[in-house]
Amino acid sequence: MHGQPRPYWNPLVAGLLLGLVLLATFLVTGHGLGASGVSARLTAALGSWILPEATAANAYLGGYVKAGAPLAGWITWEVLGVVLGGLIGSLTSRRFRLKVEGGRTATPARRLAYAFAGGVLVGFGARLARGCTSGLGLSGSATLAVAGFVFLIAFFAAGFLTMRLIRGAWT
Amino acid sequence: MSLPLYDSGFWPALALGVLFGLALEGAGFGSARKLTAQFTLRDFSVFKVMFTAVIIAATGLWLAEVLGLVAPRSVFIPTLYALAIGLGGALIGAGFAIGGYCPGTSAVGLASGRWDALVFIVGMVAGAAIFAWGFDAISPLYWAAPGPKGQTLDQLLGLPPLVILLALVALAVGGFWLGSHLERRFGGPIGSSEVTCGSEGAHPPEPGTRRGSLRPT
Repeated sequence: MHGQPRPYWNPLVAGLLLGLVLLATFLVTGHGLGASGVSARLTAALGSWILPEATAANAYLGGYVKAGAPLAGWITWEVLGVVLGGLIGSLTSRRFRLKVEGGRTATPARRLAYAFAGGVLVGFGARLARGCTSGLGLSGSATLAVAGFVFLIAFFAAGFLTMRLIRGAWT
Repeated sequence: MSLPLYDSGFWPALALGVLFGLALEGAGFGSARKLTAQFTLRDFSVFKVMFTAVIIAATGLWLAEVLGLVAPRSVFIPTLYALAIGLGGALIGAGFAIGGYCPGTSAVGLASGRWDALVFIVGMVAGAAIFAWGFDAISPLYWAAPGPKGQTLDQLLGLPPLVILLALVALAVGGFWLGSHLERRFGGPIGSSEVTCGSEGAHPPEPGTRRGSLRPT
């Protein structure tokens, strides 16, 4: 019913396009690409809806609330574009699938529990690091920032170590 | 016209995001199985795409400075906070291996119809909320061990940027060669039909399993 999906691009071609987009972003905005900033803004927006006083008084989120609409900002428009671009790509290549994707032996419930737990670690870690794989790993390293390379080393080391422990979830 | 334009408007942001999303989706980064196969050594796409992009953008920025198109240090350069960035980076690496995505790729996973990406995003918001809730206690760690403002590798090592760029290219070439070798050995890289076929829990056998142990030695 879906048709045969198109193959993925050669990683060097994808990397070339990504590099040119990143370069263009620097030249247009003065900074690189990002992603995790939206999770902070989303948290501030949800927080000021559910617990307005506590969120406004919070040392970390208060600034987002004070500035007005916490979601309004460059990073939000950019990530909206990422979703749109991803949708265009997955639909035109017939790679779009409504499904839970995980290892062969993992039940969907277990996979979703892992996805949530991993998301919590990443959401916390990105606030602590002041960025994520996009903002620090990709954009930071493109400016040759020491911070970007420290991030990448920690990211890959922890990823390989963790995978040794939970390999069964993915095979 | 002077560069950077420092344009933070809606339409350029959306357009750059669309291209970012297209590149990530085209690379296969809407698939948690393909992404996490980086850490089982079966698929080096994450390393290859990231390193290629970093080298292209870094070379372009360097050229733009050399040619006088942009003033030196006129783009944002993050400052190192060694503990926070080291620990935060490790948490993101661990969370990526467990959850299957990083923040940017979870947006592409969502756009590829993956429910697990949506749940991952809900988890990220929860993680950011926990961070905000505990920020008073975390704050000393957050600000600990600051490096020089916006320090770059060439400044740290006292080398010309071109030497750093060439070293990165050498590292990339070595990494690509080793990665492609390991991909062949472990039955990778993962193709689009492997991650899209069937419903959850009904994947075809992994090619690598026929060649003996999948465990890296």
